[in-house]
Amino acid sequence: MASMAQAIRMALHVGETKLGVTDIFGEDVGAPLGGVFTATQGLKNAWNSPLDERGIIAAAIGLGLAGDRCVAEIQFCDYIFNTIDLLKMAGNTLWASNGQYNMPIVVMTPVGAGIRGSIYHSHSFDALATRLPGWKIVCPSTPLDAYGLMLSAIEDPNPVLYLKPKALMRVRGEELIPGEPADEKTLKAMIDAPVQGDRSSWKAKWPELEEYKVRIGEGKITREGDKATIVSYGRTMPLCNRVADMLREEGTAVEVIDLRSLYPYDWQMIKASVSKTGKVLFVNEDTEVTNFGEHLAYRATTELFYELMARPRVLAGKNLPGIGLHPNLEEASVPHLEDIMHEMRELLAEVP
Amino acid sequence: MPVAMAKSKPAVAPKSVTISNKMTLPKELQKNMLDLMIKSRVLEERLIKVYKTGDSFFWIGGPGEEAFGVSLGLLINKGQGIDHDFLHLHYRASPTLVTLGMSMLDAIRLTMNRATDVSTGGRNFCGHYCYPQWNVTPITSPLTVQYGFAIGTALAQRRRRPKGNRAITIVTGGDAASAEGDFASSLIWASRPGNELPMFITIQNNRWGISTSYDSQHGEKHVSDRAKAFNIRTAVINGNDPIECYLGIQSEMDYIRRSGKPVCAEFEVSRLFGHSSADGANRRQEHDPVPAFEKRIIDQKIMTSAQVKELWDKYEEESVRAADQARSEAGPTRESVWENVYVGNENADWRKF
Ligand SMILES: Cc1ncc(C[n+]2csc(CCOP(=O)(O)OP(=O)(O)O)c2C)c(N)n1
Repeated sequence: MASMAQAIRMALHVGETKLGVTDIFGEDVGAPLGGVFTATQGLKNAWNSPLDERGIIAAAIGLGLAGDRCVAEIQFCDYIFNTIDLLKMAGNTLWASNGQYNMPIVVMTPVGAGIRGSIYHSHSFDALATRLPGWKIVCPSTPLDAYGLMLSAIEDPNPVLYLKPKALMRVRGEELIPGEPADEKTLKAMIDAPVQGDRSSWKAKWPELEEYKVRIGEGKITREGDKATIVSYGRTMPLCNRVADMLREEGTAVEVIDLRSLYPYDWQMIKASVSKTGKVLFVNEDTEVTNFGEHLAYRATTELFYELMARPRVLAGKNLPGIGLHPNLEEASVPHLEDIMHEMRELLAEVP
Repeated sequence: MPVAMAKSKPAVAPKSVTISNKMTLPKELQKNMLDLMIKSRVLEERLIKVYKTGDSFFWIGGPGEEAFGVSLGLLINKGQGIDHDFLHLHYRASPTLVTLGMSMLDAIRLTMNRATDVSTGGRNFCGHYCYPQWNVTPITSPLTVQYGFAIGTALAQRRRRPKGNRAITIVTGGDAASAEGDFASSLIWASRPGNELPMFITIQNNRWGISTSYDSQHGEKHVSDRAKAFNIRTAVINGNDPIECYLGIQSEMDYIRRSGKPVCAEFEVSRLFGHSSADGANRRQEHDPVPAFEKRIIDQKIMTSAQVKELWDKYEEESVRAADQARSEAGPTRESVWENVYVGNENADWRKF
């Protein structure tokens, strides 16, 4: 099975060969490295830009204005903050121009903790991203979704921010991407550049991939249950699934939703689930004050008030200036398995 | 856009203000240029009146930049899409837009934020034009971002040069705003070895920010000197002289189209009504390129003073009619705020997800 990095690479290959992607660019995105997580290795339209995040976002906007299709990368979301005004502009171009210029660009950036990345390789960007009206925001947690969401992002005529959970980039999926060789080693030999030696003449041999899209705005139920609902996305998603599996072994079935898209988000899926279970926990790892989970909890509270059996909860990162490097510090800062389990036990125990 | 009040000392006039007598252009072209410069000036003065009579919240524009703006407008490979020049302008672009064919009515509708405002639908300030039919990309308030956006359209043009595309990307901006990092970005990206971009990077140096003088903040003699470090060809042009502007822009554009490489050119211009309505929009004592050119044309017997006066009168009347018309039109409706957040008016309101 492909890793998320390989899945994104394969989607970008489909993008540049079938969907008209002209530029895949950013810092170290082109040969020989193909991106710090190798997600852009072997792509014909991938190139290295100057180390200038504002230049990268601005160039993407210009390519969008020219009608070309690009996927631009900010190497780590920790370095996207000096582009916020440009991101706001990409989001408001259609609106400010009264519908005259759309902005068909994709910006991808690795997010979140979990790779011992210390203060400046552990930031999250989802809460801030949802404060950029006009953008669509996606965040996959499996390679197959990463593939399907990238194809949808490329095809979307609006700006799409594609958040890649750093900690999941090398995790292999459980489902085959349509067209992907079943054997991991075969795939690796085809599309991974040699780690050692000269890469200058290396070329990827791409499998015959099929178009598979995940509609932006559509969540996925990853575990079914009726006792409570967990809604998450990105790095914390597999942890939520594990918590649900552990609870199931104890005889408690909780429902888990992988939101996949943060904006637009699948309210109908959340609503149906919470109406059924009466209890909900929103999990993400961005800092907790003015957190996206708070918006969802607010909405659940106001719209589903009379169906709730417990107050909606949000489990998010602590409101700290950074994620410290030592594991003790990181674990105290962002949600881990035990934290999610703890919240769930409290939620399940709550009686109205 | 600025709201700070400028406490301005008498503005320092740009150095070169005389119309060169050595250079010349065909008479018909000169007549056309004067016509457009007058039209543009009448429009700007009308926009200021629209502001002062309370029909607009704000005024900003380009009176004093007509010689540059009209010349630029005339030399653009005008049209929509990648085969034509792309324009990334700032808020002093009325002379260029008038030259491209924008009506006075359009500019006034924008200034009065009417629903009929084609550029922004009543959403943005005066002077924030957007005309896809001429590749005039949306003018926005944050300074200097357009220098970054220009990289992208120039990249798109560059890749089509092997197929004969000779379109270029043009970017304008002020001297004070060149201190923003995006200006440096444009120089770096435009001059990557082997990947040079067909970009006309220009600065309109009126020697002022809002109230901050160029001399108090800039050690470099000319903003364009900074491009020399990137091996980018540079030029300093008297932006008050329409003939020097025209010939200068023509020759720099020729070079960019031929070579595919960038030029950084600085135009020394006047700022005739201060920064914007925020500092009063009152007439200042600076060299005025319009009467100077008018005098030359009359002196050289290209037009009579009666013919020139006719132009002023004709445009004055047009501007009054356009203002009356725009004043009678409705503003955008409240419901329209949700329009055009996403393409095809796909729902963007979370209440309806
Ligand atoms: C990023 C940003 N900072 C500040 C402002 C406020 N502002 C608008 S115009 C201006 C002065 C710009 O001066 P200059 O670049 O010389 O151009 P000019 O207006 O003189 O033509 C300022 C400070 C802004 N619009 N954008």
